[in-house]
Amino acid sequence: MPKIIKLVFLLYFCFNFSYAKGINTKVEQITKNLRCLICQGQSVYDSQSDFAISMKLVVKNMIDEGKKEKEIYDYLKSKYGEWIVYEPELNQNTFLLWLLPLILFIFGGLLIIRKVSIK
Amino acid sequence: MSKNIKFLGLLLTLIIIFIILLKGLNVSKDYSNEKLKSKIDFSLNAKKLFSDEIINISDLFDKNSPSVVNIWASWCAPCREEHQFLMKLKDMNINIIGINYKDSPKNAKNFLSLLGNPYSEVITDNDGTKSIEFGAIGVPETFIISGKTNEIIKKYIGPLTSENLVEIKDLLKKNA
Repeated sequence: MPKIIKLVFLLYFCFNFSYAKGINTKVEQITKNLRCLICQGQSVYDSQSDFAISMKLVVKNMIDEGKKEKEIYDYLKSKYGEWIVYEPELNQNTFLLWLLPLILFIFGGLLIIRKVSIK
Repeated sequence: MSKNIKFLGLLLTLIIIFIILLKGLNVSKDYSNEKLKSKIDFSLNAKKLFSDEIINISDLFDKNSPSVVNIWASWCAPCREEHQFLMKLKDMNINIIGINYKDSPKNAKNFLSLLGNPYSEVITDNDGTKSIEFGAIGVPETFIISGKTNEIIKKYIGPLTSENLVEIKDLLKKNA
């Protein structure tokens, strides 16, 4: 019997912690993709500058309000520009950046296939 | 023949890479948001520094003409430097709204009684989240904000200078 009680307690705490982690990781995930604008080379998540601390709070508040990830990014981009996000959007200026690896991959694959079939 | 084609292909690729890199040299590396014209959410609430009363920030802005917003703190040395220019703006009857950034109310009040109070109203921003709404990255920062469209007309990152003062005067006149 005590074993079962222990197990129940253990499970209860496990779920409790994982719930708390659920919220934190969302903030973590977003702030890790945000560039700290006054401490370049660091993400907002890593930085302890006043600016980064406030921004973490803003992201947390927006998640608590039920805002979606895209809404949060769009909000911050409207205030700080595209530069705030580490991962650039696919658009006219960045299509080469996103597609070049794919093109190189296909090109390389074709080269290998040709070499193999010649042999 | 095929050797020639290979050589031409290589040359063409090199030329294309050269052109891409050459163009990249001229791309602006200015990533500051100084030129970004974002809109301010006027439904924001904030606490006044002097009365602890919570107000809606839209009440602070003149609906028909632009206002100046200044983010400052008593612990910020450049804020002390630019204060004389804010006082000059006040003398020109310009509506200046102060946002007191991560400061103790006591120090903030001391600062203003010592150097003069150029602000029509000061609101407090203890956790820095209100400054994020203005797209600020630190103190001091100064904004010219249209009361009509809630839009940022002009943003100054860092302390104001006497040249800025002339520009602010012109911009306020132009957008009035």
